[in-house]
Amino acid sequence: MSTTAARPAPATPPAPSPSPPPAARRRRRFSPTAYVLLIPAVLVLLAGMGYPLYWQIVTSLQEFGLAQQFGQPPTFVGLDNYARIFSDDRMWAVVVRSVVFCLVNAFATVGIGTLLALLMKAVHPVVRVVLQVSLLLAWAMPLVAAVTVWKWLFDWRTGVINWLLVQMGFDQYSGHTWLAQPLSFFFVATVIIVWMSVPFVALSMYAALTQVSDEVLEAARIDGAGPARILWHVTLPLVRPVLSIVLLLQIIWDLRVFAQIKLLQDGGAPVGETNLLGNFIYEIGIGRQDFAGAAAVSIFVLALTVLLSWPYVRNLLKEDR
Amino acid sequence: MSAASAPSAPSAASAPVAAPPARAGTPAVPTPAGPRRGTPGGRTGRRVRRALLGLLAVVVAVVWAFPVYWMVLSSLLPSARLRASTPTFLPTGTTLGNFRSVLDGAGFGSALRMSLAITGVTVVAVLVFAFLAALAISRFRFRGRLTFVVAVLFVQMLPAEGLFIAQYKMLSSTNLLNSVVGVSILYTAAVVPFTIWMLRGFVAGVPIELEEAAMVDGLSRVQAFLRITFPLLAPGLVASGVYAFLQAWNEFTVALVALPAESARTLPLWLRSFLASSANRGVDWGEVMAASTLIAVPVIVFFLLVQGRMTSGLVSGAVKG
Repeated sequence: MSTTAARPAPATPPAPSPSPPPAARRRRRFSPTAYVLLIPAVLVLLAGMGYPLYWQIVTSLQEFGLAQQFGQPPTFVGLDNYARIFSDDRMWAVVVRSVVFCLVNAFATVGIGTLLALLMKAVHPVVRVVLQVSLLLAWAMPLVAAVTVWKWLFDWRTGVINWLLVQMGFDQYSGHTWLAQPLSFFFVATVIIVWMSVPFVALSMYAALTQVSDEVLEAARIDGAGPARILWHVTLPLVRPVLSIVLLLQIIWDLRVFAQIKLLQDGGAPVGETNLLGNFIYEIGIGRQDFAGAAAVSIFVLALTVLLSWPYVRNLLKEDR
Repeated sequence: MSAASAPSAPSAASAPVAAPPARAGTPAVPTPAGPRRGTPGGRTGRRVRRALLGLLAVVVAVVWAFPVYWMVLSSLLPSARLRASTPTFLPTGTTLGNFRSVLDGAGFGSALRMSLAITGVTVVAVLVFAFLAALAISRFRFRGRLTFVVAVLFVQMLPAEGLFIAQYKMLSSTNLLNSVVGVSILYTAAVVPFTIWMLRGFVAGVPIELEEAAMVDGLSRVQAFLRITFPLLAPGLVASGVYAFLQAWNEFTVALVALPAESARTLPLWLRSFLASSANRGVDWGEVMAASTLIAVPVIVFFLLVQGRMTSGLVSGAVKG
């Protein structure tokens, strides 16, 4: 039973139909048909991802300034763009900010999500359904609508959060502008991102928890373990594969936060001090038309993503056997 | 393990409906021979603890759903009420005036048409391309198969922010900026990898023996596929289609760079500019929330309807909306 609970993918459902033995399933044909079937997908991937990636690698190694905008052929400059970008203090400020923001958000999301999953397991089924529906509502909200609503909640003049804080006796929050200082700006961004991401973690972790067999828990109980010890020494080790995958996904996802920041900046936030990596790329690429610099930062972000994704991809590949 | 079992997976939404196995603490049915060591006092303590946890869960549910409730409520209140110093928490004296002025205002109609066109093209293209590719990798063995699978898995992890400058340059040099075709290519390329992976699981979940048995009974290979396998894949195609719909409908980042013209705005871009233009005259939050509600409610309804199918697919894949 414990092996069922310890399977590596978060959504590990008990296989409903007995899958055929590997030998039978692997009877595939050698045939040119396969290549024909792949053509459309490969073409669209080459057009939408492959060519941009190629362009980006080439551009990051070229001088691509205003002169090139007006038709001059670009010159090959090797790693100059990378050297230029990485000797820029602003770049490092953005990198540090992005990494800290990403880790804070990922761990907060996974922590809260896991606690909510445990809570779901502990309460009456009716209460559990109420909580799940509420989480699904938050999960289903389109990103732009969600950020817009949160901007209304945090509105300095008539927002309900300032009102609530004043009611609780914190008078300094009357007319408080949350988005004007970087620190409280990132606090609001964290609240929004955690709010949006926790449902996925909570529901995945709950699915994993339901697979921990009751016999194992009962056995631990008979052996005299208290609830805290059971949680720490039995339950969490059994759901650890799911927990680590979910955490990894959150880290990868939170590293690429762009839209939320961009939308929050619209209110007049200090852009230079609130940019994360994606926003930085946007600013130097679209804003300053420094395509070579933007390409260099993009390659850095892509390399980081591929590096972080490797354990996840390897785990998925196990499914392909 | 695979996405194939997704439809019948113990998804978070359907699981609690079934009688949960973890009801050991139910005081109404004391099992005399059970290993429980609970004295009557201990049982009361457990009941109190469970009630407190239930209360906590309800509070969390209310907090989590509150932004969605607040969006809908604010959209129904006249702006004078929203500007009052004490917020209105209950739906009294509601009006549809905000919706009327949003729908009569400029931009919504054209943004809706743009979103519908892009989403429609993307969903159809994704379904066809991903289905063919999924067939290739799950029914055939061929040179380069593993390379393709690994590439697909990595591509689905790549952040839009790492490529959008290059995609912008590509579209602008081919005169595809502000066009349905250009964005649809980018969306299809972004969504197709995950859908291939999801459908691969569904195709692999249909044992090839079924097809072979039908062929023994006299059907051709194509006939056997169409009559036997294809109907069994319907749930997978629905899930993939909905996934593609949600991605394309909610997308903001790529649209921001690929559709800079006002006339080419999709709904998320329109909502952002709606808030910005409202901010010029001291944000009319009632109208902004009505605009948000118009975008969010169809998505939420759709999401809730299909989420049981989607959750496990999302978990074993890697794309977040």
